[in-house]
Amino acid sequence: MSVATLMAGKRICICTGSGGVGKTTTAAAVAMGLAARGQRVAVVTIDPARRLANSLGLEQLGNEPALVEPAHFAGQGIELRGELWAMMLDAKQTFDELIDLLAPDSATREEILANRIYQELSRVVAGSQEFTAVAKLHELNASDRFDAIVLDTPPSRNALDFLDAPQRLTGFLEGRALRVLTAPTGVAATMAARGSGLIFSALRRVTGADLLADLSTFFRALSSVVDGFAERARAVSQLLSEPTTTFLIITSPEPAPVEEAIFFRRRLDEAGMPFGGLIVNRVRMLARTPPSTDESALTADFGGDGALAAKSVQALADLRALARRDNASLRRLTVGLEEKHPILVPQLDRDVSDVAGLVAVERFLFAPQRERSTLLAGQAF
Amino acid sequence: MDSLFAHSLLVVTGKGGVGKSTVAASLGLAASQRGMRTIVVEVAERDDVSHALGTSDAAGPHRERAVSERLHHISIDPQRAMEEYLRQQLPVGALAGLLLRSRMFTAFTAATPGMRELLTIGKVWELAQHNGRTGGAEPYDLVVLDAPATGHCLAMLQTPRTFASVARVGPVAKRGHAVASFLGDPLRTAVLAVSTAEEMPVSETLQLRSRLREDLGLDLDLVVVNAIVPHRFSGSDERTLRAAPPSPARHAALFAAAWADHQRAQIARLRQGLEDVAIVTLPFVFQGAVDRAALEQFSRELDA
Repeated sequence: MSVATLMAGKRICICTGSGGVGKTTTAAAVAMGLAARGQRVAVVTIDPARRLANSLGLEQLGNEPALVEPAHFAGQGIELRGELWAMMLDAKQTFDELIDLLAPDSATREEILANRIYQELSRVVAGSQEFTAVAKLHELNASDRFDAIVLDTPPSRNALDFLDAPQRLTGFLEGRALRVLTAPTGVAATMAARGSGLIFSALRRVTGADLLADLSTFFRALSSVVDGFAERARAVSQLLSEPTTTFLIITSPEPAPVEEAIFFRRRLDEAGMPFGGLIVNRVRMLARTPPSTDESALTADFGGDGALAAKSVQALADLRALARRDNASLRRLTVGLEEKHPILVPQLDRDVSDVAGLVAVERFLFAPQRERSTLLAGQAF
Repeated sequence: MDSLFAHSLLVVTGKGGVGKSTVAASLGLAASQRGMRTIVVEVAERDDVSHALGTSDAAGPHRERAVSERLHHISIDPQRAMEEYLRQQLPVGALAGLLLRSRMFTAFTAATPGMRELLTIGKVWELAQHNGRTGGAEPYDLVVLDAPATGHCLAMLQTPRTFASVARVGPVAKRGHAVASFLGDPLRTAVLAVSTAEEMPVSETLQLRSRLREDLGLDLDLVVVNAIVPHRFSGSDERTLRAAPPSPARHAALFAAAWADHQRAQIARLRQGLEDVAIVTLPFVFQGAVDRAALEQFSRELDA
């Protein structure tokens, strides 16, 4: 198993997992590997490391994919036979573009975009990044410009927000209650009824009339784009469950991300979304046979420096303790995800924040099983 | 730490996966061991802190529970915070019940952007009131907020001000102003960033600081750099190691040396970018899990 085989016949790859496990790096390395194999690939990243962005020439990029100049890979031991396109997601701008697209007329569009609630609060909506990420995915997929699209998911604390975003939005937008709320005359209409009148006065009491008026305008304006939103959310939902879509679960061997990865696999199954494979980053590999720690032999190796020999033995003991803990995590993952062959990427002795680092990760991701085993054994403690 | 613990609220944020919950729990322990009545607050339906403290959140969310002497824990549920707010605003309890049962109201609150964040941070503010907590509840000396990751945390801290400005007048405006001025008061609220000594978390910490200053007029009070490995090998050690024949111990030593060197470079980068913000480090845990004993150790290191 390798990313090359996982991605055979797939058009969309979604990298998911909890924060800090190397999702952005993995997404970039997967996209680079596919581009090296001749595909036209777009990678949609969310807030990547500045150096990684710079090394891909991403600094001045907007909300649309731009071609990464092949020159960025010169002399790095990788040749891109295809094309690598990259972009950084701008949630606010994607939302604005969506309103632009869906508003029935320019007056409504202006009304929504100028609404203070929309302006000031659209960026803090829980899940807005999740929703705009899938909206962007839908747009790129529909454009038919790419053989493959690799999507990094937002750094939400709960990785599941991403999966739920389209359904939550559809369910919410189609709810009867919102229809009432967004009826042409807004909340005001519901004042006519006696029960609602009481509710309205209670509502005014806890919010203030001014805020209520602004919110009412916001919802009324938004009601005109509700159908467009709902349709989009449904299309995205469908896209996510298609056989040409695959979800890669990314984790590190730390206990918390491991549990999230297991939970996420269950949720993918429940949601009918296709699980593609598991990638475990920053693994410390444990050597099959305990290595020799003969301090006197080492002292001789180190030109008689006994203190250095002792420190080295201590470093080896520390790293083997870590490797044993990682090994236990891997067993837990294998059982919990019912995935016998996770793709392991060792902790590299450097930060992966430039092209050379990406190339190093790409080797592990795309190597056939046997070759990867050999590479990993060379890194073991 | 004295000046840090003189605040009413410590907001602990940072990039995902750097150990925010561990640091929040350790700070809570340290404060409680100094004799302060302390509560560690979690948001977003997680209870990492209670896990770390070796207790489970069996009582369910949104309940203040004692986890050890003077140390309490709560996991905020925005819906329940809403109920509390309504019962406080509406003198007639039945009216609050009526609102909460109303489908229109449910849709309204669910659809209002930022409402969850507002309710959550409003509850944090309520917990941090030394006088006049709702229903005469016993006050806390210190609230430690295990906040969401950087971007979401910044958005959450800005929500009260935004609502106050949008609402202009009325109860939401009033509450928004109160919470915003509390969060913006450097004597009452302190913001701590947790980072690791790696490229991306360091960048995010530096970005957090500039956005705190630009958007909220706040500064970082402390940066905790987590998971620092021991620096065992000198430059001349490394030269000797590289010249030596291959062996497992040499491989491990070179790996450990590169790791420590890299961390030192990142800490230097952090120091340079942060100028005068204080930095403390916590050691990497090689053996076992981060359990209660490890937290006790961390709380001593933080309070040293």
